[in-house]
Parts: sequence; structure tokens; C-alpha cells
Amino acid sequence: METVYLDNSSTTKIDDLVIETMKPFLSEKYGNASSIHALGIEAKKALEDSRKIIADSINADLGEIIFTSSGTESNNLALKGIAFANREKGNHLITTKIEHKSVLETCKWLETQGFEITYLNVDSEGFINLEELEKSITPQTILVSVIHGNNEIGTIQDIEAIGQICKEKDIYFHTDACQSFTKTLIDAEKQNISLMSLNSHKIHGPKGVGALYVKKGVKIDSLLHGGGQESGIRSGTEDIHGIVGFAEAVKLVDKKYVDLMIDLRDKLIEGILKIPDSRLNGAAGRERLCNNVNVSFRKVEGEAICGLLDEERVCASTGSACAEKTLDPSHVLSALGLIHEDLNGSLRLTLSKFTTEEEIDYVVRILPGIINKLRELSPL
Amino acid sequence: MYSEKIIERFRNPQFAGEIKDADAVGEEGNMKCGDIMKIFLKVENNVIVDIKFKTYGCMAAIASSDAMCELAKGMSVEGAEKITYEDIIEKMGGDVPEVKIHCSVLGTRALRNALKDYKKQQH
Repeated sequence: METVYLDNSSTTKIDDLVIETMKPFLSEKYGNASSIHALGIEAKKALEDSRKIIADSINADLGEIIFTSSGTESNNLALKGIAFANREKGNHLITTKIEHKSVLETCKWLETQGFEITYLNVDSEGFINLEELEKSITPQTILVSVIHGNNEIGTIQDIEAIGQICKEKDIYFHTDACQSFTKTLIDAEKQNISLMSLNSHKIHGPKGVGALYVKKGVKIDSLLHGGGQESGIRSGTEDIHGIVGFAEAVKLVDKKYVDLMIDLRDKLIEGILKIPDSRLNGAAGRERLCNNVNVSFRKVEGEAICGLLDEERVCASTGSACAEKTLDPSHVLSALGLIHEDLNGSLRLTLSKFTTEEEIDYVVRILPGIINKLRELSPL
Repeated sequence: MYSEKIIERFRNPQFAGEIKDADAVGEEGNMKCGDIMKIFLKVENNVIVDIKFKTYGCMAAIASSDAMCELAKGMSVEGAEKITYEDIIEKMGGDVPEVKIHCSVLGTRALRNALKDYKKQQH
């Protein structure tokens, strides 16, 4: 068996068609989109065509898409940009305990700058409580930031309901949609989203490109000052080849891949849960990302599982404390209320449109032996 | 992250298992830190003639348990007491990520607990 790549929430394989689309912009079409000559105009056209593709995919207007370098930059820009531009209105932000580190660490930094942050709890499946959200809103609240599809456990929040609450209270609503983009319905208009982080390399596009949707009229400050590119919100010469690749990846999206991933995901979950003392982490069914499987096994440690899977050419990840630089277990799994044994025995397998049934069958076949081997090694 | 040597030891540990009629047993670690090691000893004429481990933990924890057993086998009780985490890391080829050094420390503690158990029985 060739390498079985089941770590698609970390990054995805770039699509060959995406690479082909990018190539001319790495060679003969090297213009700067701000230049006034033919090469510049060509780059500018490619930039705006790409912007249109991405805007259309989330039901936004052309001017509402700001290209960035990553999902992390988009999250930083959304939070810091809103916090500083709206300081006169208030200093309170609301987020959740299960955000990506690029939101949580930004919030921690904002706390050192005089802002107050409320971190919402989640239930055992990873959902926030809408009543708790409403109760947390004060006259000082300027922004609510909630991750759409969670990168670790795959739980999809009801962003339309959150957007509605924010709209009624006249507060900006940001969602980190880096994992959910192209995998479940996103409609910036209908879901009342003010800001949304998107990213290219999670959807078979190149690394180093992201976008932030900023609804028309939203008051936001810049992080990068300079030549005034991206409507003055994000200066810096645009990464045309990356942006073109990002747009091509969006163009290649097809609902049939989502349906395929759901079937394979459920087959994988069903197969894994036959192993004794295992459990599924996160929500089940339609409220789970189509490509996410997160399970815990008692009496074994997640990094060791990944190590043995790697020997069988399967790429996976874990939320175990041992796998973290900080030696703290995953903050997301901890927020679900998992006991230490389930935190340390977690395994995440994430699919893509390239995942095959043969690969899923292979993992279901070899995993029981791996868990068994480690359980025999365990003194528990 | 890990060297080939550590990965190989993790995948094919030579000292994994349990000694049913062990002369002494020592344990260290807890679920919160994510590593638990148990060491089984067989001692004859003050020499460790057999040693096995059971470890719940990451790749480094399993590999360092195995390396420590290899070091301790054939040593006197007093000699084994002096095994340090540096000795274990050296046995594994030296190339251990900084955050994983504590796994080797845990190993020496589990071994010393087993040796303590042995000495207690001798009195």
C-alpha cells in the first residue's frame, strides 16, 4: 500500500490542476498587480478573477474578500483589526474554548492590551450554548468569534443562529471557516457573518494563501501598512500565483466529494468503534465535518498509535499530551470534559477527496492489531 | 522528530513484557502526565539476571523503557541504582527531543522503585 494520508485537517495534497493553473504565474506572468503596464494589468485581472470565484463561493461581493497569507493571519486580522478599530464602542470580545490556537493566542494577547475576553464553554459534543452566548453579551461587547467546523473534533456550530443573535444585538460576528470551507454550506449573507477566515491549503490549494471575508461597512484596522493593497486593509504585493491556485481549488469543489467523504467517514467510524474500549469524540452525523474522525482508545497513548500507524504508512494525528510541545493535552478535547485516559488515547484521522475505500478498509484492518500490541505493552 | 534508532526501539522493544515470578516490581508515572512505567526484576546473587517493562505512554517512553532495561540487565543492584537519564539517552543514540527527556527520567525512577522494593525484601 502506498502512503495512506489521513491528516487532511493539517494540510491537503495540492491538486495537479491547481499546479497547472499556477505555473504561468511563476514564470512568464510575473507582473505586479499594482503596475500600470500590460504585465501588471494581466496580474490584476488574474487577481480580480480569483477574488470573484472566492466571493461567489460564499455569497459575498467582490470587494468583501481580502487576501492574506494564511488562516492564522486572517484570524489575527479579524480579531485585532476589529478590537482596535472599535475600541471606542467597547473592549469586550466573546469566543469559545475550542478555537484554533491562532484565535486563542490572539485573544490572550488582546487581554494584555486592555481587552476582556469571554471564553464560552462547550457541551460533551463540542457545541456552544446559545443562551450562554446571549447572556455573555454586554454593552461593551464588540465581537463574537466562533469556529465553524472544529479542526480537531469536526463539530459544526450553528453559525446562522449565532449570526442572528449578533445581528439583533448589533455586534460583529467572525467565524473561522478554515476547516468547513467547501465542506458544508456557507452563505455570508444568509448566515449574518461579518468576518470569515478562509484558507487555501486545506482545500487542495497551495500553502501560504488565505482570505478574510469582511462584510461591507465593517470597521476594521490593518495589521500590515504599506502600499494600500487589498482595499487598504492588507498591504503587500499580492501573491498572484498562490491566489490563482486558491481560486482554482475552489473551482474544483464538487458536492459529490462531500458525499463520498461522508460515506467513507462513517465506514471508518463504524469499523474503528468495533475495537473494545473505544469512543467517538465530537458530534455525529450531519453536524460533523464530512472528513473528520476523532476517536479515543483506553489504555493506549495516541502518539504511540500514530507511531505504529506511520510504520504501516498511515499518516494520522493525536491530541495526546505527549504529542504537544507544551505537554498539555488538546484544549479542545479537554473542553469536552474528557478524562485524562481518553485525552491521551485520542487519534484523529481526516479524509480528503482523494481518500479511497481501499485505504479506509486497510486502516480498519490494521488498527485493531496496533491497539492490541500497545495494550499488551501497557501496565494498566 | 525522533531518530531512526528510537523509532526502531519503539517498534521492536526487546524487553517488553512481564515477569510472572518477579523478585521485585517498581512503578512510576500517572495518567495526568500521560506516561506510566512498570519494571519487573529477577535478581540472583545481587545481579539483575532478568528485567522486563510494561509502559503506557508515547514512543519515547516505550523506547527509553527498553533502553533502560538493556542497560540494567547484568548489573549489580548497586550499579543499576546509579543509572541516570543521561545514560538512557546515550543508549538510545543521544538524539532525544528536549520535551522527551522526562520520559527517561521517569524510567530511572521506575527502576529505582523496583530496586527499593527488592532491598526491602532482603531485610
